[in-house]
Amino acid sequence: MTEENTAPEQIPIVTYLNLADPPHLKAQECKSCGARFFDRRNACASCGGGSFAEVAVSSDGVLQAFTIVHRAAPSIPVPYVSAIVKTDDGTSVRSNIINTPADVEHVTLGMRVALATYEVAEDDRGTKCIAFGYEPSS
Amino acid sequence: MNSDLWILGTHMTPFRRQPDLDVVDLASQAALGAMKDGEVGIADMDILACGSLFQASAGLGQQLQDQIGQTGIPVYNVSNACATGATALRTVIMSIKAGESEMGLAVGVEQMGKMGLLAGASRRSDENVYEPSGRYGSVMSVDGILGTNTMPGVFAQAGMKYAYENDGVDFEQFAKVAQKNHAHSTMNPLAQYQKEFSLEEVMQSPMTSYPNTLLMCCPTGDGAAAAVVVSGERLRSLSTEQQKRAVKISASVLTSDPYVEDGQVQPDVNTLTRNASTAAYEAAGIGPEDLDLVELHDCFATAELIHYDNLQLCESGGAGDFIDSGAPYRNGSMPVNVSGGLISKGHPIGATGIANVYEVATHLRGEAGDRQIPDAKVGLTHVIGLGSSCGVHILEAAAV
Ligand SMILES: [Zn+2]
Repeated sequence: MTEENTAPEQIPIVTYLNLADPPHLKAQECKSCGARFFDRRNACASCGGGSFAEVAVSSDGVLQAFTIVHRAAPSIPVPYVSAIVKTDDGTSVRSNIINTPADVEHVTLGMRVALATYEVAEDDRGTKCIAFGYEPSS
Repeated sequence: MNSDLWILGTHMTPFRRQPDLDVVDLASQAALGAMKDGEVGIADMDILACGSLFQASAGLGQQLQDQIGQTGIPVYNVSNACATGATALRTVIMSIKAGESEMGLAVGVEQMGKMGLLAGASRRSDENVYEPSGRYGSVMSVDGILGTNTMPGVFAQAGMKYAYENDGVDFEQFAKVAQKNHAHSTMNPLAQYQKEFSLEEVMQSPMTSYPNTLLMCCPTGDGAAAAVVVSGERLRSLSTEQQKRAVKISASVLTSDPYVEDGQVQPDVNTLTRNASTAAYEAAGIGPEDLDLVELHDCFATAELIHYDNLQLCESGGAGDFIDSGAPYRNGSMPVNVSGGLISKGHPIGATGIANVYEVATHLRGEAGDRQIPDAKVGLTHVIGLGSSCGVHILEAAAV
């Protein structure tokens, strides 16, 4: 078997990004209290419960907070917009605002946004890393 | 169990880059200064707590003893994010409260040199094959891709969330915080910066992470602060002069984050601060209206503004109006960060949670010189570290 056969064509930047069609975020939802988590869990931070179900998170939401980052670690291109989005099903997500100029004329608190994916980079096997961000929607 | 507790002596070093000293020298200066201020010595101490975020694992407390006196007392090396100093202080307080000690020394110190607060690992360039790793199964550093991990950015988002929830808070109101604190610092000889800037200069300084400009961010630096804590019973066996200068600790509270829905994507600096202040007011039997001055954790200008609300210094949702009214200026109704705050006094992390106690105690003793808040009787100190940990202390002048 050659490497070309084993290397995936693409890989999500984080496990909670599901690259199915259409791409969406998935969360572990506590079966007792409904709290949602994006990471590997031992128990629920909200109620201590121990069982979870995987759920799809809404890809639409509202921009609740943002910052336009002008100074960052050297390898990170600036400026970019970091944002906290509240999805329509009530889950907070952090990512960048993409496909939009990084200024306060184009990025405003309370605006509607939708999840979008894009290719970040490619590894030596040709596997593309896919990330997600949010872009203005109507 | 001891019921009343007092600050007997306190000291802080200048905050700035001090490359000719090491972290043990800085801690020693603060410790010796605090004991001299309280007219006591190392032999009087029953416990030592030494706080340092980056150096606690090196047994700094024991290295300090090696410099100022090895008396065999228990030593606690403490590290608790930006609440490290407050946690060291509280460690001594808890020991005295529990009746295990009568007098103890709390030291907070940090030597940061030119360390930046931009955090977030640089993206590795030698990454050849993507493999999911860590709790989120990430295949590369996500800083700058899935939002920001930088401190100025995280606190900017916290401020913008407040703006979203409370219509009307804007860039200029955030900037006023920094203008105020830089102006205050011109009266504090221990501050890292002692330079005033106009509101325009603050707003036009290089943007770090909107709405925080460079002049709205605290600098890193070197420094230490220390306090001697004593039980009321032991204090009453000391001289009248010592009793007169002692400052009462009316409340000492430490909290961490209760669960909130958005806590996994944005540190919640609000709930634990509100909880800590509520508990502290209740313990002290006072309300925010009784405070004569406040030293709060203004690591960034956006943070100070939201803590007006979290510490209940203003009406709920009214932090923007509060700064516009002039209330938190040193001649206002609720002076906040008359030391210059972290933004201008500096923020050697481990020292910060005791340096604020030094500042408030100095005013309550009427010993703050040019920057004295007249007739100050009650003050509050606040620190918060992400992770999160929040320390609040309420101090009162001696009644004698
Ligand atoms: Zn739960």
